[in-house]
Amino acid sequence: MSQTPQTYRVSHLDALEAESIFVMREVVAEFERPALLFSGGKDSIVMLRLAEKAFAPARIPFPVMHVDTGHNFPEVLAYRDRRVAQLGLNLVVASVPEAIESGTVREPADGTRNRIQTPVLLAAQEKYRFDALFGGARRDEEKARAKERMFSFRDDFGQWDPKNQRPELWSLYNGRHQAGESIRVFPLSNWTELDIWRYIERERIELPSIYYAHDRDVVVRDGMLYAVNEYLRAREGEEIVTKRVRYRTVGDASLTAAVESDADTVEKVIAEVAATRLTERGATRGDDRVSEASMEDRKREGYF
Amino acid sequence: MTAPAPVADDSRTVDLLRFATAGSVDDGKSTLIGRLLYDTKSLFTDQLEAVEAVSAARGDEYTNLALLTDGLRAEREQGITIDVAYRYFSTPRRKFIIADTPGHIQYTRNMVTGASTADLALILVDARKGLVEQSRRHAFLCSLLRVPHLVLCVNKMDLVDWDQEVYEKIADEFTSFAAKLDAPDLSVIPISALHGDNIVTRSEKTPWYDGPSLLHHLERVHIASDRNLVDVRFPVQYVIRPQSTTVTDYRGYAGQVASGVLKPGDDVLVLPSGMTSKIASIDTADGPVMQAFPPMSVTVRLEDEIDVSRGDMICRPHNQPNTAQDIEAMICWMDESRPLTVGGKYAIKHTTRSARAVVRGLQYQIDVNTLHRNEGATELGLNEIGRVRLRTTVPLLADEYRRNRTTGGFILIDEITNRTVGAGIIREAS
Repeated sequence: MSQTPQTYRVSHLDALEAESIFVMREVVAEFERPALLFSGGKDSIVMLRLAEKAFAPARIPFPVMHVDTGHNFPEVLAYRDRRVAQLGLNLVVASVPEAIESGTVREPADGTRNRIQTPVLLAAQEKYRFDALFGGARRDEEKARAKERMFSFRDDFGQWDPKNQRPELWSLYNGRHQAGESIRVFPLSNWTELDIWRYIERERIELPSIYYAHDRDVVVRDGMLYAVNEYLRAREGEEIVTKRVRYRTVGDASLTAAVESDADTVEKVIAEVAATRLTERGATRGDDRVSEASMEDRKREGYF
Repeated sequence: MTAPAPVADDSRTVDLLRFATAGSVDDGKSTLIGRLLYDTKSLFTDQLEAVEAVSAARGDEYTNLALLTDGLRAEREQGITIDVAYRYFSTPRRKFIIADTPGHIQYTRNMVTGASTADLALILVDARKGLVEQSRRHAFLCSLLRVPHLVLCVNKMDLVDWDQEVYEKIADEFTSFAAKLDAPDLSVIPISALHGDNIVTRSEKTPWYDGPSLLHHLERVHIASDRNLVDVRFPVQYVIRPQSTTVTDYRGYAGQVASGVLKPGDDVLVLPSGMTSKIASIDTADGPVMQAFPPMSVTVRLEDEIDVSRGDMICRPHNQPNTAQDIEAMICWMDESRPLTVGGKYAIKHTTRSARAVVRGLQYQIDVNTLHRNEGATELGLNEIGRVRLRTTVPLLADEYRRNRTTGGFILIDEITNRTVGAGIIREAS
C-alpha cells in the first residue's frame, strides 16, 4: 500500500483492491462452499492474486474450477497448472470434451463451444455443491455486464434475471439463497481493462506468454486475426500469414482473436491499452458479435 | 462521429470518485454520460459504431447516445433505463465510476442503490421545464443518503438561448429547496450535453457564468474530507487462523476500516464483549502497515488472546458506537410483492452482523415529492420511504447514519424469498 500519511489518501488501485478483498472475505465468511472460476486468463489471474492477499498468511480457503472447453492455448494450460501447484490449490476441471463424449451436451455444428460451457459449468457446480462462484467479469467489458451486481443471484437453473436483480446498497451484500440456488460473485466489477494491466504491472504478476507480442500464424476473418491451430483451420480462400500479435483476452482458442502488436512488455501493453480505440471484446471476441444482446442471452442461461 | 485521437495517461496515483446521475429520460442524462465518455476519450470505436448502426436501423435522426448506456434488451425496446448501470472513465487526475440511475419514481430504489455509495450526485434538469417533482425527489433522496456533494446541471441551455435569467431562476429555486434538506455542498452548472457546452471546457456561450466546467468540478471536488477519520470503527469480517506448520499461532481479524485511523499500539475495545486490548500489528499481504484508515482492507492482530469473531467491532475505549436493539430509522421499501407492515419480521444485515428484526412501529410515511409526512400510514409500499422503529434479536453496533455511512446503514431481507426488501438509514440507536 502506497500511502500519503498527511491526507489519508489511497490510490484508485488500492481502493479497488481493498473493495475486492472485502468482497472475497464476505463470501468466505458467509458461504459454505465457494470456488473460484479460473481460466488462466488475465482477469482470473488477478482475482487469484487478490484471493492470496485477502487470506494471507493463510492459504486460499477454496478450490479453483476451470471450465475446460478443450480448445486451449497450451501456454495457458501450462500456466494454470503451474499457478495451482505454486499456491497449493485444489483444482477442479469441468471438461466440455468429456461432457460431449458422455452425451450430456452436443457439440454445435460450427464447432464453437462457448454456449455449451454453461451446462458443463452448472453440472460441475451441482456435483461439487458450490454455493458461490467467483468470476472475473468486469462491468466495463460489455453493456449487459454494466448492470451486473457484485453478488449476482442465480436460480437452480443457474439463470440470471436482469429485470429482477437484488438491490445492492453500501457494501452490504445479500448472499442468502435456498438450496440449489447460488450466487456468482464478481470482485472485479469496478475494474477496467487498464486497471487490470496496471495491477499486473504493480504486483509483478506473471501472465501466460500469449498476452505479450509474439509471432503467430493467423488468418484474417471478419476483420479479426485468428490463430491457426488444431481448433481453427484456414477456410477456403483464407491466406495464412505470420504476424506479430498479442491477445487482449484469452478464451476459447477457436473464438478468440489476437491483435497486431509489438508490445512485448507490460509497460508497452499498458501504453497500447491506454491508447486503444476498441473494447477488448469488440476487438477479439467472435462470441459477442452474434447479436446485440448475445451476452445478455448467454448470461440468462447461466453463463458468467 | 469519429472517435478523437486518444491521449495516453500514465499517472499512477489518481484517486477514485464515485458519482450517481439522476434525471428523467428526457433530461438528456444518457446524452450527458455519452458526452463525458466521448470527450474524455473513454468511448471505443466499436461501441460507437454499434450505437450508430442501431440508431440508423431504428430510424433515429441522430446517433442516440442513450443506446450506449441502456444495456438490456427491454431497456432498448422501451427506451427507458430500468436498472443501475455502472460506467467507467478516467482523466489524468481521477478515475470515475458512474452509477447511472433511472429517474422514474417506480425506480426510486435503484436511485437509492446508486446514491448509497456515491461521493457526488449529478441531478439534471431541462432548462425549458425547470424544476419538476422528480428533481426535488432526486435531491431529497441524495440528502437522505447523505451524498456529500450535489451538482445541479441545468441542461439544454441552448434551447432557451443561453438566457441567464432562466438559469438563475432555476438555480435559486433549487438552492432554497436544498436548504430545507440539509444538503451538503451544492453547485449549479449551465450546460448543453448535446453540444458539449460547459462539460469539459468552459463555454463561450455563458460569459455570465464564472464557475468551472462540469468535468473540471468532478476532477477537483475535494472528497478526502468526506470520510470519517475520527471514530475508529473496524467491523470484523473474518478470522484468519492459518492451519499450517510454517505459520503457527497466528490469529488475525480481517476487515475493512469503516472509519477512523487505527495504529499499532492503540488501546482498543471489542464490542459487544467489552474486552479491551492493544493493537499488536496491522497486517497486509504486503507487510505490516503503520496505520489503517478507510477504505483499507487489513488484518488486525491484538496483544491479548480474547474471543473475537465475525460481527464484532473493534473501536476505541472512549469512542464507541451504540450497542442497541431498538433502532429508529428511515426505510426505503424495495419489495414489489409485499409492503412493510408493523409486526413484520425480517432478516437484517448491518456491517458484518446478521440478525432478525421486527417492526415495532411506523411513525410516518414521507411523500418524496413534497416532503409531507403522512402520519396515518399503516404500511410502506414499493419505493415508499418512512420512519420506522425496529427491535432486533441481538444488539447492533451502530452509529447515526449522518455520522457514519457504513455503521449507520442496514438492509432488510425477506426471510422467505431472500430478496433485499428494504434499505435502512439509522437516525437513533439506543
